[in-house]
Amino acid sequence: MNWEYIHKFLPLYEKAAGLTIKLGVIGILFAIIIGLACAVIQYYKIPVIRTIVAIYIELSRNTPLLVQLFFLYYGLPKVGISTNAETCGIVGLAFLGGSYMAESFRSGFEAIDQIQEESAMSLGMNTYQTMRYVILPQAVSISVPAFVANIIFLLKETSVFSAISLMDLMFTAKDLIGLYYKTTESLILLVVFYLLILLPVSMFGTWFERRVRYAGFGT
Amino acid sequence: MPDLGLEVLLKGSNIMRLLAGLWVALRISLISVAGSIPIGIILGTLMTGRNIVLKAILKIYLEFIRIMPQLVLLFIVFFGSTRMFGWQPTGEVSAVIVFTLWGAAEMSDLVRGALISIPLHQYESSEALGLSKTQTYWYIIIPQTLRRLIPLSINLITRMIKTTSLILMIGVVEIMKVAQQIIEANRRSSPTAAFGVYLVVFLLYFLACWPISLLAKYLERKWR
Amino acid sequence: MEENILTVEHLRKEYEGNVILDDVNLSVKRGEVVVIIGPSGCGKSTLLRCINALENIQSGTIRLQDEVIEAGAKNLAKIREKIGMVFQNYELFPHLTVIENILLAPVKVQKREKKEVREEAVKLLERVGLKDKAESYPRQLSGGQKQRVAIVRALCMNPEILLFDEVTAALDPEMVREVLDVMLELARQKRTMVIVTHEMQFAQAVADRVLFIDEGKIMEQGTPEELLQHPKTERTKQFLNIFHYEK
Repeated sequence: MNWEYIHKFLPLYEKAAGLTIKLGVIGILFAIIIGLACAVIQYYKIPVIRTIVAIYIELSRNTPLLVQLFFLYYGLPKVGISTNAETCGIVGLAFLGGSYMAESFRSGFEAIDQIQEESAMSLGMNTYQTMRYVILPQAVSISVPAFVANIIFLLKETSVFSAISLMDLMFTAKDLIGLYYKTTESLILLVVFYLLILLPVSMFGTWFERRVRYAGFGT
Repeated sequence: MPDLGLEVLLKGSNIMRLLAGLWVALRISLISVAGSIPIGIILGTLMTGRNIVLKAILKIYLEFIRIMPQLVLLFIVFFGSTRMFGWQPTGEVSAVIVFTLWGAAEMSDLVRGALISIPLHQYESSEALGLSKTQTYWYIIIPQTLRRLIPLSINLITRMIKTTSLILMIGVVEIMKVAQQIIEANRRSSPTAAFGVYLVVFLLYFLACWPISLLAKYLERKWR
Repeated sequence: MEENILTVEHLRKEYEGNVILDDVNLSVKRGEVVVIIGPSGCGKSTLLRCINALENIQSGTIRLQDEVIEAGAKNLAKIREKIGMVFQNYELFPHLTVIENILLAPVKVQKREKKEVREEAVKLLERVGLKDKAESYPRQLSGGQKQRVAIVRALCMNPEILLFDEVTAALDPEMVREVLDVMLELARQKRTMVIVTHEMQFAQAVADRVLFIDEGKIMEQGTPEELLQHPKTERTKQFLNIFHYEK
C-alpha cells in the first residue's frame, strides 16, 4: 500500500463521491414522488392511468438500469431528443426507483383495512382529508422498511453511472487503475467511499425503522 | 416514418448475435443462482444458530457483500485478484464468483427471514401432537419455509439477470457489448442505430425477466 | 310536534344478486333510541352502513331531516358530519393519540377552534373515565377503553344521530358493561341513537323501540316490553329463545 498515492487520489474520490451523492439524492427524490403518485393512482384504481402505471412498473422493474441509461444517453439523441449525462443519470434513477418506491408504498396501502377509510368518511372527511390524515400517514410508516431498503438499493445502483461517462466513484477508480496501475489503493478507496456513503444510510434506516415502525406507535 | 435504426437488426446475423449475447448473460446468472442457493441455505441456517462468534463473523461478511454495489465487487475480483492471489480471472469467471457470493448473501438473508418467521407455537403444537424433531422439520417447518422461500428465490433470478448487464464494464462480450459492436460497425450506413438497437436490448431484457417475475408473483399469491 | 331526524323509505339493497335489505321503512324521532336485533347476516349492520352511505342502495330513499343521503352525493361529507358512527372494531386511527383521534375531524373537517374542541373533548373523556388516557396511543388501551374513545370521537362532532354497529361484539365480556353504561348515559341525555346489538338485556333497558330484522325485512317492531317479552311472530320467538339458557 502506497500512502503517497492514497493522498494523491483522495481529492479525486471526494469530488466523485460528491457527484454520486448529488445525482443519487436528486434521483431518489424524484423516485419518491413518482412512486407515491403511482401508489395513490393504484389505490384509487383510476382507470386507464392505472394501466399505464402498471405497464411502467413492469417495464422498469424487469430491466437493468444500465440498459435504461444506454437507451436514454445513446439512443434518444438519435431521434432528436438531446440529453446530457447528468440528466440521464437522474432520469434513469428516477425511472428505475419510481417503480420500486411505488411497490413499497403500495404494500403500505394494502396493509390498511378498508374500514379505516370508512371510519374517516363517517366523520365527515372528504376523499382528500381521508387520504392526507388517515391513510397516507399509516401507509407511509408501514412502508418504511421497504423504503429504506430501496434508498440503499438505488444508491448502490448509481455505480453504473460511469457507463455513460459520468465521473463518479467507479469511473474514478477505473481511471486511476488504468493510469497508475495502483490497483490496491484505488480499490480500497473505492470501497471506503462507498461504505462512507452507504453505512450511515443503512444505520440511520435501522434506527428510523425502530422509531416509526407502525407497530411501534406508543411504545 | 422517422428512422428509428431498426433495420440494422435485420442485417446479416445481427439479431442472432444479440440473442447469443443475451444467452451469455443468462448462462452466467443461472450458474450463479445454482451456486447461490445451496450456499445461501447453509449460511442462512447458520445465522439462526447459537454460535455467537460464527454469527458475528458471518454477519459482517454478509452485510459487506450486501451493502457494496455489485459493480464494486466485480472490480475487486476482476482487478484485485492479480494483486492478491497472483491470478487473473477472466471477466466471465469473475462475474460467476461475484454473483455467486452476492446471491448467496442475499439468499442467506431470505432463508434466515423465512426461518424466523415461522412462529414458535408451530414447533410447540407439532411437538404436542407427538411428532419427533425430524418429523416436525420434515412435515411442518420445511414445507412452510419453502413456501415463503421459493417465490423470493425466483425473484433473485431476475435480479441476477438484471445485474449481469454490469459485466459489460469488465469487458465480457455479452448482449450490451454485442449491441455496441453492431452500432459501431453500422455507424456510416445507419447513424440512428443506437436508438433501435438499445430499445431492442431493453425489450429483450424485459422479455427475459418478466415471465420469471410473473411466476414469482403468482406463487407468492398462491402460497400466501 | 316531534321531529323526524331520520327517515328510511322502501330501502332495497342487493349485493351480487342477493337481496340484503328488502323494502325497509324506518323513521327515528329526535331523542329516540331505536335498537335493532336479528340473527347474523340478516342485514342489520348493512342497514346502518346504508344510513351512512357506506353502501350503495338499489332503490328507496334515506333522509336525514330534509337531506337525502346517497353514495356519491356532493354534500355527503357534510351530512356525515351529522351522523356519528361507532364500529365493531373501534377503528381508531392507530397513528394518532387518543386526543388527536378525537380532534382530527372537528378541527380539519368542521374547522373549529382547536382549543375549544380540546376542552370539550377532555370533558367528554372525563365523563367516560378516560381523562388520563388522552395522550395514549390506541394500542395501549383495552378494547373497552378504545370503544369509549370511539364514542367520544363521534360525540365531538356534535352529531344529530348516533349509529352503533355491534359495538360490544368484539369485546371481552368483562368490558362490555363499561361501554354499555356510556350508551345508557347518552340515552338519558336524550341523544338520538340507532343501535345494532346482541345484548338483549341492554336492549330492554335502553330502547324506546325495538326492531327485529330477519332476511332483510323488518319482521316486527314495538316497545321493548312488547317485542322482547311478548313477541308476536314465530320467527321472533325462535330468535329470542336462543338467548335463554334453561335447564
